[in-house]
Amino acid sequence: MKEIIMVKYGEIALKGINKKTFEDMLQNNIKRRLKLIGQFAYTRNQSTIYIEPQDDNTDMHTVVESLKRIFGIGAIQKCAVFPKDFDTVANNVGEYLKDALADAKTFKVEAKRADKTYSMNSPQIQQALGDAVLDAFPHLAVDVHNPEVTVRLEIRDVGAYLSAKRITGAGGMPVGSSGKALLMLSGGIDSPVAGYMMAKRGLVVDCIHYISPPYTSERALLKVQKLCEQMTDWCGDIMFYCVPFTEIQEALRDNCPEEYFTVLMRRLMVKIANIVCKRDKYGAIITGESLAQVASQTLPALYCTNAAAEFPVFRPVIGMDKIEITEIARKIGTFETSILPYEDCCTVFSPKHPRTKPHIEDILAAESSYDFDSMIAEAVSKTTVRRFKYGEETVFLD
Amino acid sequence: MIYLDNAATTKPCKECVRAVNEAMSESFGNASSLHKLGTSSMQIMARAKKTLLATVTGGKSPFDGGVLFTSGATESNNTALLGSMSRFRPHTLKIVSTAIEHPSVAKVLTKFEEDEFEVLRLAPKNYEDFTDALIDAVDENTALLSAMAVNNETGFQIDVPRLYREVKRKNPKTIVHIDAVQGFLKVPLDGDLISISGHKIHSTKGIGALFIRKGENILPLLSGGGQQNNLRSGTEPVELIAGLEAAVKAYHGDREKFSELKKCLLEELSKLSDIGINSDDDCVPNIVNFSVRGVRSEIMLHSLEERGIFVSSGSACSRGKKSGVLDALGVSDKDADCAIRVSFSAENTPDDVRALCEGISKTIERVRR
Repeated sequence: MKEIIMVKYGEIALKGINKKTFEDMLQNNIKRRLKLIGQFAYTRNQSTIYIEPQDDNTDMHTVVESLKRIFGIGAIQKCAVFPKDFDTVANNVGEYLKDALADAKTFKVEAKRADKTYSMNSPQIQQALGDAVLDAFPHLAVDVHNPEVTVRLEIRDVGAYLSAKRITGAGGMPVGSSGKALLMLSGGIDSPVAGYMMAKRGLVVDCIHYISPPYTSERALLKVQKLCEQMTDWCGDIMFYCVPFTEIQEALRDNCPEEYFTVLMRRLMVKIANIVCKRDKYGAIITGESLAQVASQTLPALYCTNAAAEFPVFRPVIGMDKIEITEIARKIGTFETSILPYEDCCTVFSPKHPRTKPHIEDILAAESSYDFDSMIAEAVSKTTVRRFKYGEETVFLD
Repeated sequence: MIYLDNAATTKPCKECVRAVNEAMSESFGNASSLHKLGTSSMQIMARAKKTLLATVTGGKSPFDGGVLFTSGATESNNTALLGSMSRFRPHTLKIVSTAIEHPSVAKVLTKFEEDEFEVLRLAPKNYEDFTDALIDAVDENTALLSAMAVNNETGFQIDVPRLYREVKRKNPKTIVHIDAVQGFLKVPLDGDLISISGHKIHSTKGIGALFIRKGENILPLLSGGGQQNNLRSGTEPVELIAGLEAAVKAYHGDREKFSELKKCLLEELSKLSDIGINSDDDCVPNIVNFSVRGVRSEIMLHSLEERGIFVSSGSACSRGKKSGVLDALGVSDKDADCAIRVSFSAENTPDDVRALCEGISKTIERVRR
C-alpha cells in the first residue's frame, strides 16, 4: 500500500485571478522544505497539492511535521492510495484505519468522485464504505452530525484515496506572496512572535539586530541568532543583519536627556532600519511592540518612534498581552530561548525614570543636538549580514 | 591573550597533555582487565595515587589514607558529605560549616537541614579570627565540619592544619571535610576527607579526587562494577588520572611569585579612583577580588575581553547569578555588583597585570558616569 499526502489550500483557495501565482509559491515553498527529507512528486488539482514520496522508506511523520509549519496550507491529510476497484478498498479499511478508528466511538464517511465514469456514485460509495468500516470495527456507531472521525474516500482518475485524519495546517498565505519586511529582533519573547505572525501573512521576514559590546555579551548575540534560526522553521531562510550600536548608545548617553534615552534609541534603530529597507528593498518594518508593555510602548512614545519610520511599521502583537504572546512563543518554539538570561542592547543605559509621555518636539530637539546621522551611516556600513537557512543548525547555545 | 581567570579553570600544562595522550594511545586497557594492558592501566592509577598522597598536605609525610578518583570536585564534595553522613541520625547531631561554601557543598547542607540536622553556617564577616570561630563552634554533638580551605571568589583562607588539629582535640569523632579545590598545592592541608579538582591545577576537566583518611567509612554514591574498592563504580578514566598526576608533578605556582603579582596589582589599582579591594591580607595571593565602583562587573568583563584579557565576575560556576559569598565576607551589595575576580597562574607576569589595569582604567573612562 502506498501512502501520499494531500495538502489543502487555506486562504489561497478563495483568491481570484492571482490564484495560480500563489499556488506556485506555495508549491515551491513546500518543495524547498521537503527536499531535505526526500524526493517527492507533486500534482495539483482542485485546491489540493498531492505529494507522493518516491521512496517507500520516506519518513512521513517528519514530512507532516514539516508541512505543519508552512504558511498557506489549510489542512494536511495522509492517505492510502488503492486501485480503484471498490473491493480492494473495502478489504483494506480495517488495516489502514486501525490507528484512527480503534479508540474512536463514532464516525461518518465522506466520499467524492472526481472520476465521474466510476461505477458507483458518491452516496453509494458512502453507504458501501460505511458498511465496510462497521464490519471491521463493530464497536463504532455512525454519527453524521458530530463524528469523532471522518473517513474520506476520493475516487480520482489514478486511484482511490482513503484517509481518516485531517490535520489543521498553519493557515495564512505562502511566505513571499506579500513581499518582504525587516523585523527588529531582540532577545525577548515578543519580536520572534511578531515575525512569525507577519510571515503568516505571506511576508519574507528578515531580521535586524543591534549589539552593544561590551555592554552586551557574545552570549546575548548567540541567543538572538538562535532565535533567528528557530524562526526559520516557520519563515524559511532568514537574512540576519547585525548592527554595531555601542557608539550610538554612548553618544546618546553623553549628549541627550536621560529620560528620553529609550525613545531616542528606538528612533535611531528605526532610522537604521529605514536605510537597510531602502537599500535592500524591504517594504515594511516589523516590531514586537505591545501597547503599554513598557515605557517606550506607551501611545506617546510609539508616536515618537513611529515618526522616525519611512516605511509602514507592522506591530502584530500590539493588542496582545504577555500571556497571549507567550502562548504563541511556546508554540513556535522560541520561548525557551527567549527566557535565557543574557541582556540585550535594549536595556543598556535604560533610564531609571523614563518619560512615558514624551513630546515629539522635545524628542526632535534632543535628537538634533548631536550629529547622529553620520554615526548612523557608520553603523550601517559596519553592519554584518548572515543567512540562516531552514533546516540547518549552526548556533549551539546551552 | 592574557588569561587571568585561573580560579575558574586553568590551561592544561604540556606535561598533562603529553601524559593524557600517551595513556590514550598506549595504556588504553581497562584497569580491571587481567591482561597486561589492564595491568598497565592499573599501575598508572596506583602510581598516580602515590603521587597525590605524597603531595596533598604540602607537608613532609604523605597523607595517611587512600584516594578516590572522581569526576571532579562536585562529585568529591557530594561523596564526602552524603557518603559520611548517611550513617548518622538527625536531631541530636549537628554540622558546622561556613556561609561561603561552593554550591556543591552548600546545597548538600541544605538537604541535611531538610533532613533535620542542625547546620551552622558561620559567616566570616562576624568573626575576628575565622579559624577560631569554626573550632569554637564544634562540640560533643558535632558529627561533621565542612569548610573550604580557600574561597574561590575572594581567596579568603583558613588555617586548615590548625583547624584539623584543634577540632580533633575537641571532638575526635567529628569528621573534618576540607573542600580544597582552590587550596590544593597552594596552602597546607589536612583533614579526614579532602576534595580536589584536576582542572584548577592545569590538568583536564572531568577528573578530581577525594582523599579519605584511614579508618573513615563512607558509603558510595554510585553502585555498579565495584571499582575503587566499591566506593565509586565505573571504569576509571586512566588517561585523565595520568594527566592529573603529570599536572601535579609539573605544578610550579609558588606563593612568592603570586604575592609579587598581587602586590603589583594592588599598586596599579591604587592609582585608580574608587576601587574597593575585597581580598584582604587573609587571602591567598593568587586570587584578588576588587570592585570598580560605577562599572558593572559584566560590562568590565566584556570590555576587558575586547582587549584579549580574561577575568571573571564573581564565581564562574554561578554564571551571572548573584553570589551570597561576598555578602558573607562583608562586601556591600553595591560593591558586589561591580566585583571583578582576577586569578593568577604561574605563567602570568607583572606586564599582564599592568595591561589589565590599563584596560580597567580605559573602561572606567568610557563607562563610568
